[in-house]
Amino acid sequence: MSTRLLQGAAVMAAILSTAAGAAGDSSFNPEISLILDGRYGSFDNDSDYELPGFMLGGEAGRGEEGFHLGHSELVLSANVDDLFYGKMTAAIAEHDGETEVELEEAYIETLGLGHGITAKAGRFFSGLGYLNQQHPHAWDFTDAPLIYRGLFGDQLLDDGVHLSWVAPTPMFVKVGAEITRGERFPAAGASNDGVGASTIFAKVGGDLGESQAWQLGISHWRAEVEGRTSGGHHHHEDEEGGHETPTYSGDSDVTGIDFVWKWSPHGNATERHLKIQGEYFIRNEDGDVVMDDESDAPESTTYDGEQKGGYLQAVYQFMPRWRVGLRYDWLDSDNKGSDEEVLAEAGLDNEGHTPQRFTLMGDYSHSEYSRVRLQFARDESYEDKDNIITLQYIVSLGSHGAHQF
Amino acid sequence: MLSRIVLLLSAIGMMLAQSANAGLNVFACEPEWASLAEALGGDRVTVTSATTARQDPHHIEARPSLIAKLRRADLLICSGAELEVGWLPMLQRKAGNRQVLSGQKGYFEAAMLVDRLDVPEVLDRSLGDLHASGNPHVHLDPHRLLAIAMALSERMIELDPQNGGLYEQRRNDFKQRWQNSIETWEQVAAPLKGLRVVVHHMDWSYLFDWLQMVNAGALEPKPGLPASASHLTSLKQEMEQNPAAAILHTHYQSPKAAKRFSQLSGIEVVELPYTVGGAAEVTDLFSLYDVTLKRLLKLVQ
Repeated sequence: MSTRLLQGAAVMAAILSTAAGAAGDSSFNPEISLILDGRYGSFDNDSDYELPGFMLGGEAGRGEEGFHLGHSELVLSANVDDLFYGKMTAAIAEHDGETEVELEEAYIETLGLGHGITAKAGRFFSGLGYLNQQHPHAWDFTDAPLIYRGLFGDQLLDDGVHLSWVAPTPMFVKVGAEITRGERFPAAGASNDGVGASTIFAKVGGDLGESQAWQLGISHWRAEVEGRTSGGHHHHEDEEGGHETPTYSGDSDVTGIDFVWKWSPHGNATERHLKIQGEYFIRNEDGDVVMDDESDAPESTTYDGEQKGGYLQAVYQFMPRWRVGLRYDWLDSDNKGSDEEVLAEAGLDNEGHTPQRFTLMGDYSHSEYSRVRLQFARDESYEDKDNIITLQYIVSLGSHGAHQF
Repeated sequence: MLSRIVLLLSAIGMMLAQSANAGLNVFACEPEWASLAEALGGDRVTVTSATTARQDPHHIEARPSLIAKLRRADLLICSGAELEVGWLPMLQRKAGNRQVLSGQKGYFEAAMLVDRLDVPEVLDRSLGDLHASGNPHVHLDPHRLLAIAMALSERMIELDPQNGGLYEQRRNDFKQRWQNSIETWEQVAAPLKGLRVVVHHMDWSYLFDWLQMVNAGALEPKPGLPASASHLTSLKQEMEQNPAAAILHTHYQSPKAAKRFSQLSGIEVVELPYTVGGAAEVTDLFSLYDVTLKRLLKLVQ
């Protein structure tokens, strides 16, 4: 046994020394990084999570109680050749006791088109909004804003193509469009022969003196939804005890505005640094909700929904390594249908409740590769108000690519 | 509506592209390279620097204004050797400018043209934030800087042959003045040989190599990690046995750690400009060396 261990160690050492030798010339090797995320969660109440007025799906949920792992992410990326860059992110996470590997990103992106044009193809985070393109490990809080939870199941990602253009102007101006499959939440059914969703967005940004930088964006997403189920998080039992799954089909469009403003003395963010960001989204849907119970004549209603909400947050690094942050989230909805009872069963009647949440966080980064965070949230997003404490570590091993602005 | 906006923007773009034909649009990652490009290109180059002397070139963000500037650049000049690894690859990917990608003529990586010091034998993050290709702060050795200047001038001629004659003339002029200055600097700096100093970060390896000064220790326990109390205490004990003449830090580093160690050890703190703009009187590469030597020579008078 011990000799096998020794052999194993020798092989590992050989691999590591080869890797170290080659690191100076990384152009031929993919950059590999591993993100580890561990958490402890404490909640005041045990009731099932719901977000009144919203059908939940994707990754949406309030988080786990006790010790648990977040997403462990393995990221590989490299320039393929002088024309393409490729990247894959695999997230390993546990859902209902099963360890699952989710492909979060797998795309190629052009490098050499020039003229400010970049094209992307594969699976990627949509260019919609501001936070959507950031990986969860780069978020300033342990969880997504409520509006991302309610509309996109935490993040909007899909398979398709993306095209963007940076204008040759002194001010940063970027416009882009995406056409995607439309099978993943919040779209469904891959309608239009697998071209079911599309996004357009525009961003402008710049500096204000040497200490401030800003960016403002608008975006619009639309899909023809065919049979969106609320992801298993929201099953209802009918009177006979059978399961009903609320299923939506119809049009869906989301319009959003996002901004971020950053300040640091003389543009030197190593000492002190303030970031204020906010986003607002509004979704309109027009179609039908069917309470699918696998019978021939399930209950149904027409559905004309308007769901909206946003968040505003500030994160301040008051000395090297230490940051504090405050976030306020709010949601509202105005959903109508031919059968109010069915609408209520589907979780689309907010019963006069408008979700909101206050979150306070503090984190410590020993180096740029490690972070420990404590977060407190007063969660009034559902009717049973909750106080949530989360303790989290996030570390990154290996070559770690730059983060976006 | 959208097509009109695109038309308008492309019209603006064409206007800008035409005005750029009259020379080179240079994007420098650090002020020292911006200054060198200005010295070599004169009025034929339009130069912007991504960082100022007050900013740490290891840590800036790929912010929108920089993407917009790189989008329009003909020539990107950086230290390289992984100094900008935290932000430059992101900028290159976002800008959609083929000319300034790695491996293209429009990307000039200064540190990779000269021999580098401090190349680590082992790469391990527990040893701090190491640069696999060695120390990238190469501009503080005037001999290396001259070699880089000659190569940069060649590159500018290659990219903008129309103005080749002018670039060549300015290069010869720069070379003459720089070589004369090196002679003067080496004469006045002779007393600095063997001088022991404590540094904040490994910014000064090339300066010390040139002047044969001695790095007596660093305030950072490991490269990139902030000074800790325990590290400063043990550094103080080392200084008691083998004292140093000064604690050096740059304009972009907070003087707090240096001051704390100064109180602890009684060693004087000296701020060096490090790059162009790092002190009021440092307006070009010549004055960068003049002021650096003047401040160091005060220690041996």
